[in-house]
Amino acid sequence: LKLYCLSGHPTLPCNVLKFKSTTIMLDCGLDMTSTLNFLPLPLVQSPRLSKLPGWVLKDGSTFLDKELKECSGHVFVDSVPEFCLPETELLDLSTVDVILISNYHCMMALPYITEYTGFTGTVYATEPTVQIGRLLMEELVNSIERVPKAQSASMWKNKEVQRLLPTPLKDAVEVSMWRKCYTMPEVNAALSKIQLVGYSQKIELFGAVQVTPLSSGYALGSSNWIIQSHYEKVSYVSGSSLLTTHPQPMDQASLKNSDVLILTGLTQIPTANPDGMVGEFCSNLAMTVRNGGNVLVPCYPSGVIYDLLECLYQYIDSAGLSNVPFYFISPVANSSLEFSQIFAEWLCHNKQTKVYLPEPPFPHAELIQTNKLKHYPSIHGDFSNDFKQPCVVFTGHPSLRFGDVVHFMELWGKSSLNTVIFTEPDFSYLDALAPYQPLAMKCVYCPIDTRLNFIQVSKLLKEVQPLHVVCPEQYTQPPPTQSHRTDLMVDCQPPPMSYRRAEVLTLPYKRRYEKIEIMPDPSVMWTTYAHHTY
Amino acid sequence: MPEIKVTPLGAGQDVGRSCILVSIAGKNVMLDCGMHMGYNDDRRFPDFSYITQNGRLTDFLDCVIISHFHLDHCGALPYFSEMVGYDGPIYMTHPTKAICPILLEDYRKITVDKKGETNFFTSQMIKDCMKKVVAVHLHQTVQVDEELEIKAYYAGHVLGAAMFQIKVGCESVVYTGDYNMTPDRHLGAAWIDKCRPDLLISESTYATTIRDSKRCRERDFLKKVHETVERGGKVLIPVFALGRAQELCILLETFWERMNLKAPIYFSTGLTEKANHYYKLFITWTNQKIRKTFVQRNMFEFKHIKAFDRAFADNPGPMVVFATPGMLHAGQSLQIFRKWAGNEKNMVIMPGYCVQGTVGHKILSGQRKLEMEGRQILEVKMQVEYMSFSAHADAKGIMQLIRQAEPRNVLLVHGEAKKMEFLKQKIEQEFHVSCYMPANGETTTIFTNPSIPVDISLGLLKRETTIGLVPDVKKPKLMHGTLIMKDNSFRLVSPEQALKELGLAEHQLRFTCRVHIQDPRKEHETVLRVYNHLKGVLKDYSVQHLPDGSITVESILIQATAHSEDQGTKVLLVSWTYQDEELGSYLTSLLKKGLPQSTA
Repeated sequence: LKLYCLSGHPTLPCNVLKFKSTTIMLDCGLDMTSTLNFLPLPLVQSPRLSKLPGWVLKDGSTFLDKELKECSGHVFVDSVPEFCLPETELLDLSTVDVILISNYHCMMALPYITEYTGFTGTVYATEPTVQIGRLLMEELVNSIERVPKAQSASMWKNKEVQRLLPTPLKDAVEVSMWRKCYTMPEVNAALSKIQLVGYSQKIELFGAVQVTPLSSGYALGSSNWIIQSHYEKVSYVSGSSLLTTHPQPMDQASLKNSDVLILTGLTQIPTANPDGMVGEFCSNLAMTVRNGGNVLVPCYPSGVIYDLLECLYQYIDSAGLSNVPFYFISPVANSSLEFSQIFAEWLCHNKQTKVYLPEPPFPHAELIQTNKLKHYPSIHGDFSNDFKQPCVVFTGHPSLRFGDVVHFMELWGKSSLNTVIFTEPDFSYLDALAPYQPLAMKCVYCPIDTRLNFIQVSKLLKEVQPLHVVCPEQYTQPPPTQSHRTDLMVDCQPPPMSYRRAEVLTLPYKRRYEKIEIMPDPSVMWTTYAHHTY
Repeated sequence: MPEIKVTPLGAGQDVGRSCILVSIAGKNVMLDCGMHMGYNDDRRFPDFSYITQNGRLTDFLDCVIISHFHLDHCGALPYFSEMVGYDGPIYMTHPTKAICPILLEDYRKITVDKKGETNFFTSQMIKDCMKKVVAVHLHQTVQVDEELEIKAYYAGHVLGAAMFQIKVGCESVVYTGDYNMTPDRHLGAAWIDKCRPDLLISESTYATTIRDSKRCRERDFLKKVHETVERGGKVLIPVFALGRAQELCILLETFWERMNLKAPIYFSTGLTEKANHYYKLFITWTNQKIRKTFVQRNMFEFKHIKAFDRAFADNPGPMVVFATPGMLHAGQSLQIFRKWAGNEKNMVIMPGYCVQGTVGHKILSGQRKLEMEGRQILEVKMQVEYMSFSAHADAKGIMQLIRQAEPRNVLLVHGEAKKMEFLKQKIEQEFHVSCYMPANGETTTIFTNPSIPVDISLGLLKRETTIGLVPDVKKPKLMHGTLIMKDNSFRLVSPEQALKELGLAEHQLRFTCRVHIQDPRKEHETVLRVYNHLKGVLKDYSVQHLPDGSITVESILIQATAHSEDQGTKVLLVSWTYQDEELGSYLTSLLKKGLPQSTA
């Protein structure tokens, strides 16, 4: 029983479990924080960005000034943004038999794995995970491909050169492994390798191992996985939530009696209460609009946005915002809104019962019908005709490096009437804003991360009592910025085993029995023919 | 020997009132709970007193499974759960759970409000009944209790239709409900994995039909509708509100658009829009094409098809009306039929199966003078057409499903006896499995031969697998051990461990055998010859010549003495424990063959 850790990002995991001669990859998250080191990709030529000065070394040499630009004391790579892939050298990825996906955020590296490593196995995921994952990939590819960038910087990646760069570029890991975004044909090829599964479906792998997805309560179709043989049980917990939002509640009972529980995808903002954040989001939004300003909400096209729209649906009339237009701009906005309405079976009980009436499970259908919410594939076309201010715009990408959000940052950044509200927790908002400085626009940070916090984790672990817990090293110590908060770490007995990127763990387990089947044959007295599976 | 018992309370050599009792490994499951459209008396519901005369049904049934929302599969459910009394779990898929109460309410209204029957289930009973329903996902393994598990597979037939696998330990039954093996305009094809059930209970509505290509039938249908409308006639298409209706609507909608036709198309009852809304919300249950394009174009939003008003039936000029119910046994379709039947310009198209006793069945079998309520005679002059659009598997499809699932036995329900007989023979011939077709109330017993799962201690497993060849995965293998049966569990452990656990003393069992060899040489020379011979033959074993003159092969002891009377004969004493029986008897037979002549 071995665990190969291919990703250092605790919420975008990529681990490989070797279990009874089966090689199982658990998630393939793509670390996109690398894009924060790049300049934004503007949809419309931006004079400000194109006038940024090239970066000059301390000794005055200017050989990097084409590749690196300086903005308010920060240095950015002027190139197509690149992503930090999971480790591909730690083991031969062509030997991976199956990939289990837990939610749509944790599959963004899939095309890199299935199309470039000789992978020939099967990928398992739920239908909403695949459909929404496809939308996220489509949006990503679209927002990068529609802004062709002639320049592809590579000189700065040279080890000798990288040493000379300022932080954070100097400390960026494995820059030689950073890759450009995949293409739509690669996305389609990757997704064609997925086999759809339902919650509590028992999937036999080679007759030796059984895997089962369980509802994890975090997103539409999100799942935790049980990997078991007759006498060993490994639970893989990734991106789970106990809050009542739109998805089906988390299945905790099935995690009981695990020999090993692999714990990833906890909240990235352990100190913030999601409910409080939603309240703050609404009040900041209302205040800005009342003062005649615009609100920009950088977001993914699916997920928390459904909950935000639902809150706004209840809030706008009482807050007197009925006449303020809400725009949702994304190449997949329409698809995302439509898809959210057809996955009733994956939703919480309240939403499920609505479908029996029959009514759409999410109230954003009504917002669209009453013209309060309008969606557009991009800022070009119909949107430019309909666009009225003050307004609220939901658009991606939350990194502020590509997508329509770049345009609105440039457009609204100069006025202090406007507000940008950060709700997605994946990117540091200060880093995201860095290439836009100096900014006059107000910035509000309301990260909404519904994943488990440390109190919920310790309660969960007490409840399901695994023999051993394995987690990323980040969870075994307090956050670096709050080193006194010893409550912000995983606390269990025995203490969790921790892993970091590129490490291989041997997981402890002790097994004394194995299951065989005997064929009943009354004529055989002393010997028994046994049927044994390896 | 373990057995599975099946008793149909309905749908045994019949179509309608589907209700099949299955007993498997001590669990009792009821499959479907339908009504019969051909009867208005007690026979319309299954006879639940078969299950128990005086006890509560809940005590005798572990669960009820409903395959899909058609009334001949769920129409008796509120009567069963609320009037007879059942409080256990009822399983169905999400779409079935959503749509079933609407059809039940529809059925109740026709029976009570229109026909004026009393002592029928009420709206409240339907609601209370639905509260007992647990919705299941496709392929989800639902643990009904510790031992009993069920799993749903896509069946195609109507929105949300499912086949169910019922499994206890190693024994399993698959019930198909109604299914369709070819995708149609709005649904996909049924699918099941190679789950090798002990018994497959399959519907057999079209046991003898091999339907021609679907495209041809569609073209035929459109041609007939078109011709009638062209000559100013009215077309009545009796349908059930959900299911076939949507498929035919899609068909007519696209045809009207393509041909730029103006004649109105109506859909009776207020269900239309609601029904289409269900299809939209459960679009993941439709076929791939509709699922793929639903964001751009929702196939269930019709431009040409409008809601029907009772008054429209008397409008002059051509029109097409979809009206419920599908077998012309009551309600709006029957009313319109009575109005239009007298005009030969008009046409009624029956797109599905009609059970005996219904007006639909009568006109399809050629009857043109019908006795209606109040002894009134209705003369049918309008054209009567039958088009099989109902999405059941045909004979080819049924065979295909059997090939997919590889059952050990097949049992046919939901069909006519004569046709079943034909299919039964075909199945037995082609698959060499037994096929049954019990009538209602008749019990079929199937014997099963399940393997017994046991726990084997890892030490023993390793020891046993290191002896001999590398074990082949999934191939039977001979193992030696002690089976301990305790607390309802089976464990295979090494004899030593078993003795220790049970506190027993070990008894040694030894076999001894004398082998006579002709050899005039001295005893120790004979021993040396035997030793060299064995060493030469048993290369993989440890053969030792001990200082005391004896030979050991592993734990087997061989001693040689001269025969007391004949010095030219040597007696070899071979002794082994029963654990080494195999090697011991091999050695004896080897030595009995004598020693080779040229041993150096």
